[in-house]
Amino acid sequence: MLLPTLRRLAEMIFVMLGISIVVFLIFFATPGSDPAARIAGRNASPETLAQVRHSFGLDQPLPVQYFKVMEKLFVSRDLTSFVNRGQKVIPAVIEATPVTLSLVLGAAVIWVIFGIWVGVTAAATRGTVIDRALMFCGLVGVSMPVFWVGSVANLITQSRFHHTWLFHWVPGLGYTPITQNPWLWFKSLVIPWITLAILYIGLYGRVLRANLVEAYQEDFIRTARAKGLSETRIMFRHALRTSLITFVSMFGLDFGALVGGGALLTEVVFDLPGVGRLTYQALQSLDLPFIMATVMYSSFFVVVANAIVDIAYAWLDPRVRDAR
Amino acid sequence: MSGQQPMLQADGVTKTFQVGSRFRPGGIQHVQALTNVSLEVYAGETVGLVGESGCGKSTLGRTLLRLYDVNDGRILFKGRDITRLAQRALRPLRADMQMVFQDPYSSLNPRRRVGDLIADPLRVHGRRSEKEVQGRLHELMELVNLSPEFLTRFPHEFSGGQRQRIGIARAIALAPSLIVADEPVSALDVSVQAQIVNLFMDLQQKLGLTYVFIAHDLSVVRQIASRTAVMYLGSIVELGETDRVLHRPAHPYTAALISAVPEPDPQGNIRTRTILRGEPPSPTNPPPGCRFHTRCPIAQDRCRVEVPQLRPLEDQHSVACHFPLEEEAPGRA
Amino acid sequence: MPADMAVPSSGAAATPSPGTGDTLLDVRDLCVSFRSERGIIRILENASFTVGQREILSIVGESGSGKSMTSLAVMRLITDPNAIITGTITYKGRDLLKLDPREMRDLRGREIAMIFQDPMTAMTPVYTIGWQIEEQLRAHQKLSSKAARARSVELLGEMGIPAPARVATRYPHQLSGGMRQRAMIAMALSCNPSLLIADEPTTALDVTVQAQILELIQRLRQDFGSSVILITHDMGVVGTISDRVMVMYAGIIAERGPKPLVLAQPSHPYTLGLLNSIPPMHGERPVRLPSIPGSPPSPMGRPAGCPFQPRCDFRYERCGTRPPLFRNGAQEASCYLAERGLPDWPHERAIRAKGTAA
Repeated sequence: MLLPTLRRLAEMIFVMLGISIVVFLIFFATPGSDPAARIAGRNASPETLAQVRHSFGLDQPLPVQYFKVMEKLFVSRDLTSFVNRGQKVIPAVIEATPVTLSLVLGAAVIWVIFGIWVGVTAAATRGTVIDRALMFCGLVGVSMPVFWVGSVANLITQSRFHHTWLFHWVPGLGYTPITQNPWLWFKSLVIPWITLAILYIGLYGRVLRANLVEAYQEDFIRTARAKGLSETRIMFRHALRTSLITFVSMFGLDFGALVGGGALLTEVVFDLPGVGRLTYQALQSLDLPFIMATVMYSSFFVVVANAIVDIAYAWLDPRVRDAR
Repeated sequence: MSGQQPMLQADGVTKTFQVGSRFRPGGIQHVQALTNVSLEVYAGETVGLVGESGCGKSTLGRTLLRLYDVNDGRILFKGRDITRLAQRALRPLRADMQMVFQDPYSSLNPRRRVGDLIADPLRVHGRRSEKEVQGRLHELMELVNLSPEFLTRFPHEFSGGQRQRIGIARAIALAPSLIVADEPVSALDVSVQAQIVNLFMDLQQKLGLTYVFIAHDLSVVRQIASRTAVMYLGSIVELGETDRVLHRPAHPYTAALISAVPEPDPQGNIRTRTILRGEPPSPTNPPPGCRFHTRCPIAQDRCRVEVPQLRPLEDQHSVACHFPLEEEAPGRA
Repeated sequence: MPADMAVPSSGAAATPSPGTGDTLLDVRDLCVSFRSERGIIRILENASFTVGQREILSIVGESGSGKSMTSLAVMRLITDPNAIITGTITYKGRDLLKLDPREMRDLRGREIAMIFQDPMTAMTPVYTIGWQIEEQLRAHQKLSSKAARARSVELLGEMGIPAPARVATRYPHQLSGGMRQRAMIAMALSCNPSLLIADEPTTALDVTVQAQILELIQRLRQDFGSSVILITHDMGVVGTISDRVMVMYAGIIAERGPKPLVLAQPSHPYTLGLLNSIPPMHGERPVRLPSIPGSPPSPMGRPAGCPFQPRCDFRYERCGTRPPLFRNGAQEASCYLAERGLPDWPHERAIRAKGTAA
């Protein structure tokens, strides 16, 4: 297992390098526009523009520019945003990361537990009313846009029913670091967690149910029954274990994408200063340094997630380990 | 028969497959599917190819039709060397050599009607009018004992035996000289197998076909093949007249194979048979010397080192063994 | 009525087989049908048979015969909610169809075990062989993990697997077909069942490996004291290891009896046709193989009366009514030609060739 893992990590670095080059080219090498103007912002003075040109080496060949950008991003980390009046980009991203992590981790815990619960229950009762009801709810969950659910949740918990016993504890929109006030941190994240999780519970519940029903057609389930095992054991130890392979793969990819800033809309609706919201603001103001940093950050997590999923896949499915 | 030129000839054919890649555990592995195989097929005869899984009989069948490229050796069809012929040059030859496949459930495109499936080769190769094609279709259906009204139906509406007949009709559509049949009855019910075997024999008589008949069922091969080649791990270990090979085998593997075949004998008992121990070795890592020596009951030192060549024992019978069996009954009570 | 006139199928008792004593399994009037949009589809119709102690019974049939369904019904492994199963299956004095799920689960694996055709798909791909055998052991016996592991290695060794301790740590896909099937048999026998049902255990294997597995199955009688129901489509396999044979066709029992008798003197036209259509390995080669015209019917397309009628060379007017099982000595056949004694096939053929009605 060690050698393939190391190989996978090496591939990962290779991919990251490739992504960084592509991102760089998109921002710096697209013909017909001036990168300096984009970095410096719309109303930059000629001095600012010259400063930018010099600092980024825009009159020098592309590879030099590439290394300069990479240096600013990763080594000296002093990439500054001109639109945001000199705010250092990297520290801002680093500061926003725990917020996104809190949101996504909490939602993930909820959606994994409930996704498995929905999938297993639906598969165990397949064909009955319970199964159909669960699948319907899942479909609804998948169909409702996250920002709409979030806004409705806010409407209910922040204004309309805020004074009722059910929701009075919901704090105002915003984020409190866990180190500052754990209880407040928790309370302010509950509703965002549920909002984000609804979509994924629906998705994962439906996919897991389909996988389980398919697994039940397999010969090895018949053998397990012939061995005299209980239905519960068959469901969890045989059917679920085999279906987990797909579940874990999907989870890894979704989780990676979300941590990378994919929970953008949720963060905006709930006013959580995470990387997603940072990206959103950067896009709105066309702040190129910020956009570059968040894109690199996002791709990093997606690549890492892919690599971890591949490794986990081999661990979960012995057939893959020997596959040539 | 031995005086004339063979219709199909394989000379020292070797075929290796590459499996895996440099970047995966194990690296690149070479599967030696065929090693130095030589075979002659004369016009009008049926040569049976038997062996167990991994012996290379299917690969040989396909290689003979140039569906695979050859790593070493030559293949001659009607005197012409087709070993290195480009696919485009092979196309006109394809009308003359056809294949019938094993699985009647997957070898017919389920989305097309039977008539179109059989007419495909006609339309691809011939310069025929539609009327001629229809006429030929009716003729073919009659040859395989199917009603012409089946032409407008889809494959899924038919049983395994009927589908196999459709596959055969397709194979004989262009009146080929040679047909390679790759386990054509293995996937059929027992009571249907006999019908299809009969059909093969009838067609051979009516149309003067030559067959290479690949099967793992020795009793079917005995029925239809005039000569039989026994294969083990990519080589032919014995070749000769069918009854000679099956009833007085010279190679220990053939003897073991025959002994293992269960027969519907009222007094039969598995205990009276010689049971071959062990499993066939992997084709990626064949044993040195004679490939059968790891399981051979009479293996000697020489067998572990030296590869036996296929050499003639007597007229029309060859064996690849250092110590071929004497004329005795193969290990049965 | 002639002395050998049959008792209708529901009462046919087992013929004691060589070397066996009591009856282990007694199946009477087993019917399996499925509800569907097109009505009720009958897969198995009134099957009755017995299996004695230490006996090997072969159930032979082609597609649509219902042979697999019989074994699944005995094990109560048919989970389709649309299935209708009637009849009695008496095992060691208990009617299996009347047991509740927990009691049935207790029996499965411990008293009656089953092995399937394709060992690759029949074992869970994500667990090792050893783990799967231990799972069965610990489901029925109170064993520590270590004891279970020791026993599973022992079983693998008894099945002729070399280096059993290492094989126990392997996954199903890492073994060859023959090894996998041995491992499946080891798993099935782990709790010393009295009855082993083998559903086409050698169909997917090479012929030399098949011989090894058949020899193993035959040994089970002495070494483990188990009876075996062997389901197959291969008459050759039947010839090699069975004590008794039951031939099934289109959901009914066509013929039944001791193997030497059924293979030497079949009393049903289907058995006769089947045996004749097998190309002989020895003796004279027929110019044309005698074959049964047509193909076996699907469950939905079964004819009324005797289901073999449309393909039968010997059919006549009476065949419009379903024949019961007629007994002649130790053999039974559901054919009117067997009503008055074992049919004389050459004679029957001669009559028909002359065009005279029977």
